[in-house]
Amino acid sequence: MNLLKQFGQYILMLSVVFSRPDRWRFFWKHTLLEIEQIGINSLPIVALMSTFMGAVIALQTASSMESPLLPDYTVGFITQSSTILEFSPTIISLILAGKVGSNVASEIGTMRVTEQIDALEIMGVNSLNFLVLPKITAAFFFFPVLVIFSMALSMFGGWLSLLVSDLTTTEIYIMGIRSFFNPFHITYALTKTLVFGFLIVSIASFYGYYVKGGSLDVGRASTQAVVSGSIAILIANFILTQLMLLS
Amino acid sequence: MIEVKNVSKSFNGQKVLFDIDHVFEEGKVNLIIGQSGQGKSVLAKCIVGLYDPEEGQILFDQRNFTNMDRAQRSAIRQEIGMLFQGAALFDSMTVEQNVMFPLQMFTNMTKAEIQTRADFCLERVNLAGRNKLLPSECSGGMQKRVGIARAISMNPRYLFCDEPNSGLDPKTSIVIDNLIQDITQEYKITTVVITHDMNSVMEIGDHILFIHQGKKWWEGDRHSIINATNPEIESFVYASSFMKEIRTQLQKKAL
Repeated sequence: MNLLKQFGQYILMLSVVFSRPDRWRFFWKHTLLEIEQIGINSLPIVALMSTFMGAVIALQTASSMESPLLPDYTVGFITQSSTILEFSPTIISLILAGKVGSNVASEIGTMRVTEQIDALEIMGVNSLNFLVLPKITAAFFFFPVLVIFSMALSMFGGWLSLLVSDLTTTEIYIMGIRSFFNPFHITYALTKTLVFGFLIVSIASFYGYYVKGGSLDVGRASTQAVVSGSIAILIANFILTQLMLLS
Repeated sequence: MIEVKNVSKSFNGQKVLFDIDHVFEEGKVNLIIGQSGQGKSVLAKCIVGLYDPEEGQILFDQRNFTNMDRAQRSAIRQEIGMLFQGAALFDSMTVEQNVMFPLQMFTNMTKAEIQTRADFCLERVNLAGRNKLLPSECSGGMQKRVGIARAISMNPRYLFCDEPNSGLDPKTSIVIDNLIQDITQEYKITTVVITHDMNSVMEIGDHILFIHQGKKWWEGDRHSIINATNPEIESFVYASSFMKEIRTQLQKKAL
């Protein structure tokens, strides 16, 4: 019952968020700041995770290839497909749910408990639209960039690890990366990313905006935002995969 | 003038405001006083629209705020300035940006005009030259003064101050009180101050509403409150040893 009530409140929140900004100049200015805050500032963690995960995927695949019937380029192919289909859009989004989700929930939650949101409301500002829409827009613009960046680095990490371990040559790896490439998989990955980005930011904003109490409650809201955001990503991943790959 | 007509409010089935009926007069400092947890802040939040009352009406100069939609309320809110208990300054903005924010958001003033207005407001609260400080670099008293500067930047018709002296030393409290009183008289605005500070009551209380157990218990001015015989008011006014001592001395003098 409580979950249903929260879901209803979340939908009502979105109906207020998606309204015309009071001042477009402020909206674009805030969107640029949010691109920096939730996008550009996430580049280091995405780069680190992607490079190492790509390296590990490649090494694990290479170590499992015992059958002589499997062609050498299989390592590159598996690295490519697992990166594009799952690792970059989903795992990176789960990491961003932790980093960006907690950041957004604590920022908005702190504004709530220090009455800054009340101050905006009393001035006549639509606080939900003012605070949340730039964050969602920034996620829409920049999460796909992060995921493409992650795909590239993951495949680079795979190549680097195989080269260092002397398990394959650059030519064979690149051949594997290019084999059976399906451009629709990129569309699928970016669609997932857009949905995940929206879920991460909107769910975190919801928990932050409706927090009641003090700093402890802001901490709790951040944790709830990360947990709920991650669960929403997993459910959405399943639904989107069913809809886009199997139907 | 703000009229509150039969306002009631409950939270989770528990009634916290009972049928409040009151008029906050223009050009005066109207105080809402009472002990903690009696419904002062809830009443103020109902008036400014942060809470919706279940019953009753709020009228800002005959305009019924309770029946308005979001856009109409937004227009009225641009006539309201509010100083929050913790100042509620936007901590990512400088002092100057905080004051400029409502002007940039709701007026079509040029950059130069906005700068001039912000400088004027900061000078009015004796903070000239502190434009570039961040709220975290300001003392409690300075933050309150920035809050006042931000509240008056749009030339409000109504000013709300939620416990403006909380956390301040007595001397700074008087500075803030006097500032609120001066601004009220200077711009002929309707000011509503929520407080439980007796010094403020005696300093600026033109018109006082005493709330007890969510009900309007008493109204009067700073002179009549001293002689009020109501036991709840008496226990509120003479709660401190200092006030008790004053009463004893006055009684001795009278004899």
